Amino acid sequence: MASASAQAGAAPTGRLWDRFSIRTKRVIWAWTFLALPIVFYAGIRFYPTLQAFWLSLTDWDLLRPANFVGLANYQRMFADPQFWQVFRNTFAYLIIGTPISLVVSFVIAYYLDRVRFLHGFIRALYFLPYLTTAAALAWVWRWFYQPVPIGVINGFLSTFGIPQQPFLRSVDQALPSIMVTSIWAGLGFQIIIFMAGLRAIPSTYYEAARIDGLGEGAILRKITLPLLKPTTVFLVVFSSIGFLRIFDQVYNMTTNDPGGPLGTTKPLVLMIYQTAFSSYQMGYAAAQTVVLFTILLIVSLLQLWVLRNR
Amino acid sequence: MSTMAAELPQNRSRIRPGRIIAWTLLFIGGLIMITPLLYMFSTSLKSASQVYDLRLIPAAPSFNNYIKVMSDGRFLRWFLNSTFIAVVVTLSNVFFDSLVGYTLAKFRFRGRYFIFLAILSTLMIPTEMLVIPWYLMSAQLGWLDSYWGIMFPGMMTAFGTFLMKQFFETVPDDFLEAARVDGLNEFAIWWKIAMPMVTPAISALAIFTFLGNWTAFFWPLIVTTSRDLYTLPVGLSSFAVEQSIQWEMIMTGAAIATIPTLLVFLVLQRYIVRGVMLAGLKG
Repeated sequence: MASASAQAGAAPTGRLWDRFSIRTKRVIWAWTFLALPIVFYAGIRFYPTLQAFWLSLTDWDLLRPANFVGLANYQRMFADPQFWQVFRNTFAYLIIGTPISLVVSFVIAYYLDRVRFLHGFIRALYFLPYLTTAAALAWVWRWFYQPVPIGVINGFLSTFGIPQQPFLRSVDQALPSIMVTSIWAGLGFQIIIFMAGLRAIPSTYYEAARIDGLGEGAILRKITLPLLKPTTVFLVVFSSIGFLRIFDQVYNMTTNDPGGPLGTTKPLVLMIYQTAFSSYQMGYAAAQTVVLFTILLIVSLLQLWVLRNR
Repeated sequence: MSTMAAELPQNRSRIRPGRIIAWTLLFIGGLIMITPLLYMFSTSLKSASQVYDLRLIPAAPSFNNYIKVMSDGRFLRWFLNSTFIAVVVTLSNVFFDSLVGYTLAKFRFRGRYFIFLAILSTLMIPTEMLVIPWYLMSAQLGWLDSYWGIMFPGMMTAFGTFLMKQFFETVPDDFLEAARVDGLNEFAIWWKIAMPMVTPAISALAIFTFLGNWTAFFWPLIVTTSRDLYTLPVGLSSFAVEQSIQWEMIMTGAAIATIPTLLVFLVLQRYIVRGVMLAGLKG
């Protein structure tokens, strides 16, 4: 009796809590766990997304209050030849970079998977670049691409009597040069994922195929590649999104003329960065981010569609 | 006898010349992959007059560049900034992503599916679209040029939540039910019973979040203006621009920015590779 009243006095809320059913208690726990995350996702993800759409319809420039200008930013963007150049550049990174990086990483993963001698060591060689800071290694590559007597690649070429290449100074070679750096940086990740996908294929399939007398090539075409499709689709999308959002390498390899020479290496994200944080045309930059969002959304939806037909 | 015959061709196929050629090509490819790293370290040990000597082994290696670059304490400061930010963001992600993933996997309540879809849908929103509103928000709340300003956007991620939810779904309900009978509250059940059962997922999430934040460039570049608050990648970039054509100094800076992640990899190689595989397959 005494202990019961002491308990009630010490924790008056305890009685209310005790009246709830076990089910209700668990629901309350669940919402308690979710309370802070809901505030976070609402305030730091959803509200800013809506705000970006709204800002894209204004002429906000950080100084004066934003005025609604309708679709003026979009009209300006679609009439801007620089935007279309950037658009082409961005897709050049994607359309050339993704297939090359996927084919190279698959070939390496396919053979590396069978290697037993020093397997971990060789895997580490391929994986190391992925762990390095993109901004730091972009400078190493920038140095590689310098003309003689500084640049390593031109120094190497000249020992074989091959003429000097301008690389980052040329309007034709700069984008492929940056792309090589970017492929190099992401290759290790793709190799590891492909190897995980290869391991996940049950060995009974291979044994059955060998019993049926299928050769290496036939096994690759009829068993490995079809069963690897989810992994491949994941990597196509992951790599595409990576190239569509390329920034660190381009920014660091062209600091003297960002996106140059003559804007031939400038991707969409660098244009957004310059419009927003160099010219402070926040409204115009927001419109560019909406375009990026739309492109990425289409790529993600394509992935879902491809995997549905599995 | 028949098993012998079946094993023999397999054994022979392991030492086929094709295998040796494939191994050699893979090895050479691997060396090419780390050539930029080797040249970076090699040049960081050369003096300004030796930079044009492209031999990989420096004629007179010295740590003078490292002493020069480290002497004013900038790199140490940036290193500590990056470490602090990456650690705090990682702890936050391990805590909240797990808590939300667990709640969505193990509790039945109305709105559960809606919350899950809402969080998952944020995967579709690119960071680049949010930086302008984040910048505006930071300016209004005084978060610009502060540690919190660098950290706040990444404190929880949909990717981590999804990963943890997948793993918590494999935890049998019986264990949680037994703990409930023992009188543990729901928070204690999650923290003491469920969390220890998904440690591989937690380490994968921790490694990913740490590396991602340690090497992050875009948002820290935007939100920081004072040199003391730069992260290592942003600091290195500004340092390299300042050094102009002193490549041995730039390579030293790049090496300093790279060494910590390489050390972490050497120690945790097995966990990192496994973590990447786990996250890649589940995510």
